[in-house]
Amino acid sequence: MIIRNDELVKDLEVKARKLRLEALFVMKEMGIGWLGGSFSSADVVTALLFYRMRHDPKNPQWPERDRLIVSKGHSCEIVYAALAEAGYFPREELKTYSHPGARLQTHVNTRTPGIDYSGGSLGLGLSFAVGSAAGAYIQPAEANLAAPARRHAPRYRVYCIVGDGECNEGQVWEAAASASHFRLDNLTAIIDSNRFQSTGPVEKTLNMLSLAEKFRSFGWEVREIDGNKMSEVVATLEWAASVEGKPQAVIAHTVKGKGLPPYENTNCHFIRITDEMIKIGQETLKN
Amino acid sequence: MPREDFIVKTPYLRTKRDVAENLYAAHNRALIALARRDARIVSCYGDFSPGEVGAVFAKECPDRILDVGIAEGHLMTSAAGLAGAGFIPFTHCHGIFGLGRAYNQIRQNVAYDQRNVKIVMCNCGVIWGILGPSHQVLEDIAALRAIPKLTILSPADAVSCEKATYAAAERLGPVILRLPSTGDSFPTLYTNDLEYQIGKAICLRDGRDATILATGILVSDALAVAEELEQVGVSIRVLDVHTIKPLDEAAILQAARETGALVTVEDATILGGLGGTVAELTAEQCPVLVRRVGVKDRFGESGTPAQVKADCQLTPPFIRQAVEEVLRAKARNAN
Repeated sequence: MIIRNDELVKDLEVKARKLRLEALFVMKEMGIGWLGGSFSSADVVTALLFYRMRHDPKNPQWPERDRLIVSKGHSCEIVYAALAEAGYFPREELKTYSHPGARLQTHVNTRTPGIDYSGGSLGLGLSFAVGSAAGAYIQPAEANLAAPARRHAPRYRVYCIVGDGECNEGQVWEAAASASHFRLDNLTAIIDSNRFQSTGPVEKTLNMLSLAEKFRSFGWEVREIDGNKMSEVVATLEWAASVEGKPQAVIAHTVKGKGLPPYENTNCHFIRITDEMIKIGQETLKN
Repeated sequence: MPREDFIVKTPYLRTKRDVAENLYAAHNRALIALARRDARIVSCYGDFSPGEVGAVFAKECPDRILDVGIAEGHLMTSAAGLAGAGFIPFTHCHGIFGLGRAYNQIRQNVAYDQRNVKIVMCNCGVIWGILGPSHQVLEDIAALRAIPKLTILSPADAVSCEKATYAAAERLGPVILRLPSTGDSFPTLYTNDLEYQIGKAICLRDGRDATILATGILVSDALAVAEELEQVGVSIRVLDVHTIKPLDEAAILQAARETGALVTVEDATILGGLGGTVAELTAEQCPVLVRRVGVKDRFGESGTPAQVKADCQLTPPFIRQAVEEVLRAKARNAN
């Protein structure tokens, strides 16, 4: 991978550490949190919202905005921290996380400015992303999804973060077939492959073998990267935007709980957040 | 003795039921007209025949017709994605699979987020026969009305179906349109000037001895039974409950108060369907005699529509029997 801009990558790395610590405080609000998945996907979320995506925090419903669909909707704390940082809502609102009536629910929710899809029921987000990406190609004029020569440029891009465990769900593959069939090259799926699902290692619960081969066989362009290495994340998102005629799958090999060493690569899917963890986080995630 | 002086009918009721029309074709006529005037209309399918819409859209707006294959869950969720992009998708599939394979998607992606998706459930009910019990959905009314914030429409004939399609498109938010067999025609009840309003039951004919509340294609049979009973001096009110949700509670409670006996009629399970909702409402607000005609906690059978209808005890004699039962019970209570 070519690092295009050292400065940019360094800034994003700083941001990702800051957001992880913010997310940890958000989890502390409920006393329990989606530590593993929030932290494994933190670098991707950061690169998307603070580098790659065209969006406007002051105008969350801007029709031409790029969409972020967090299909693994439990990894919400990192997304809330990032949206607050981007200016979608005041940082103080993070303290309302998980309260009844709050905009920040325990799975990503469209009540929250900047969230386009309510998650929680796994396996559905990629289908939503397909509809969203197809919509970007529908023009009032004569464009036809089946006739590429007559296609207009899409009005926006769609990014969908999917869990590796989530890929157990059959509808992920209905969506994968559909995205390829409709040639949705404005759709990028990022598989946060942190190797753990709710009850244990993904190979143990249901071994899906190679997700890269699967997406490739469904007609996607596929790259496998270190999803916790910002330079690779940035370069890969640039590559994805340059692909024509095919959706892109980025298999982001990540570390569950990345950034909080005692919990890294453990099944810290949904765990109690202690003062000790905050202390560790303040040390390991300081900039 | 017929009591002609008393019988008041809706002005929109055709004098004769001598025309049978296909509800899906009526829906498609409306969808084509809507698509021509509103570029946000998109028609989506789960390997389901688009009928007339197919040829017209292919010619006039080919980018606004999508078939996602045999994948009803994906159909609903991707339609939610289209709605999120500002479009008004109409999804079409077999009701049994739209309900059974996509309940979670309807709940989570469509209803919860109040996406502007119009879900056309085709071939609903037990009376479309030949494909057998695997394809007959009995639970759709019961299951869908349990989901918050859904509008559920169940038209009785082609005229009201066409108007329901327009009304669904105009209404902001998710709407279920429950259609019977797409391959069959059913008696047309209404004149074309029908004033159709979501949530407002249509009183087809007034009556004071009992009320039949029917939905979907059995409204026609309910009307036939009321006409038969009129010949023997019994006065039956008939309500077309074309909107299951929001329910026209006022019309139902008025019928309960004024006629004191209710019979519900639907081509779906009596558990939790129209019968269930009427029983719940009246039990709390106006306890009254209720009998439910519908599929009685059983699965369907293969057969012609007429055979299945008889096998499931949904024909006029069974409706009449329920009305007579409720009238006898009412008379006993009065003594």
